[in-house]
Amino acid sequence: MVTRLEDKELKRRSRRQLLKLAPVAALGILAFPKVSDRLVAAGVRFSDWKSGGLFRSQHLAPTFSDSEVVAFAKFPYNYYDVLDPGVDLEKWTLTVAGDVQRPGEYTLAQIQALPKISQNTRHICVEGWDVIGSFGGARISDFLRLVGANTGARFLEVECVDDYYESIDMASVLHPQSLLCYEMYGQPLDRGHGAPLRLQMPTKLGYKQAKYLDTIRVTNVLKPGKTGYWEDQGYSWFGGL
Amino acid sequence: MSNEEEHEERNREARNEETTDTAPQKESAPGAEPDAVEATEAKVETLAEPAPAEPVVEEEEPALVRAAYEHPLPIRITHWVSAISLFVMVTSGLRIFRAFPSFGPKIPEKVLLDIPKSLTLGGWLGGALQWHFTFMWFFAASGVFYVAYQAISGHYRTMLFTPRDISGVWPMARHYFFFGPKPPATGQYNPLQKLAYTSTIGFGALSLLTGIVLYKPVQFSWLALLFGGFHLTRVWHFAAMCGFLAFIPGHLIMVLLHGWSNFFSMLSGWKREPEYQE
Repeated sequence: MVTRLEDKELKRRSRRQLLKLAPVAALGILAFPKVSDRLVAAGVRFSDWKSGGLFRSQHLAPTFSDSEVVAFAKFPYNYYDVLDPGVDLEKWTLTVAGDVQRPGEYTLAQIQALPKISQNTRHICVEGWDVIGSFGGARISDFLRLVGANTGARFLEVECVDDYYESIDMASVLHPQSLLCYEMYGQPLDRGHGAPLRLQMPTKLGYKQAKYLDTIRVTNVLKPGKTGYWEDQGYSWFGGL
Repeated sequence: MSNEEEHEERNREARNEETTDTAPQKESAPGAEPDAVEATEAKVETLAEPAPAEPVVEEEEPALVRAAYEHPLPIRITHWVSAISLFVMVTSGLRIFRAFPSFGPKIPEKVLLDIPKSLTLGGWLGGALQWHFTFMWFFAASGVFYVAYQAISGHYRTMLFTPRDISGVWPMARHYFFFGPKPPATGQYNPLQKLAYTSTIGFGALSLLTGIVLYKPVQFSWLALLFGGFHLTRVWHFAAMCGFLAFIPGHLIMVLLHGWSNFFSMLSGWKREPEYQE
């Protein structure tokens, strides 16, 4: 709508309106890395907090028919250090610690004695690729019951034979599709995929699903700077899908 | 009557209107609402003068400048917040894409395009994700607020592309590419501008919805179906960015060509001597 104003009046109004926009200029502080580092760290914390709120403990991830599963040879091996950390499969046990009634060493046979879940789910990597794979294992929730874990605790920490480490919120751990996985494609987990035991959680990104499990710990407190191998370098801690 | 004569004629008419009838100006522009108080104050001052007594003297008052309050404050704020967010989302998004620059399978991985590091933000995948996961909130909030404001204020009428604008797109495009006369300016935006600005809302909505699916494919698995599944959603997300990348250079070139007063209007809201008449 065109109006007619004295030049002075137009300038006065323009100036007033320009000043109202001044707060947006404050975004200029983003140019300073010290500020932006803290801002984006806070942004990820905020996103993680929102993600935790979005998570529904009974909402299942999509599952797929056998014909939709990608060939085993096309399921990528991903690792951060070595593909095969040389686990002694004969002597391997899972160490259980923390807020549990029956801590100690558990054998693969004890885990395999729990009800077996087989599921074809999508494995999504933070890099952007995804594959539909076939997995088998015991529900983590069943195992936690076996060891008498306090499932009211906030986190499950895991340590791996290859020194990888992770921590996961208890709600995601207790999800019915969250497995202690010892099988892929109907075969015992091979060394590259994390033999003898890995986490398999279709509600989490790949880097949360630690391989070559060595120790799990139920806890209410995470050590700062020791929440996960990639998380400590900047990945989202929640990593939920 | 030539074009210029017509302009003059309309100018004169407009001035007459202003001196004889003040009501329409008072109710002017829903877009001018943030200034409503000021406008009313100004009106009170002029009304206080014994205007009807000496209309001739009034005509001799200092020259008036034609101006339009084009961009209300919410539009200007969301424009700049979106611009900054979009810059961050595109540059960090390209860095994220670099981690797996393909839409095919991981095995065998076919690199679609190698994006130079210098065009990206974040330094590495984790850093880029931090920027992306932070500015997605600003981008989304700004977009949702913008659309809500446009819808509620009615200001969208200045920019929304409607079927009536279709016929005007080609003449305008022809003019911009130097082989056609300039179509007369009828409103704040020409049909091609309306098409461009309306498209960006579409790109924004697409990037937001596909982004939700990529961020939470399990929680929003129903939304993934809308885009043909998780895998295809990544393609749509990329396509939305391509839409923005197609829009931005043209937008910036036009801003450069139209000079300071046009650019300044997105900062101050007021445009001096707009091309259009009413």
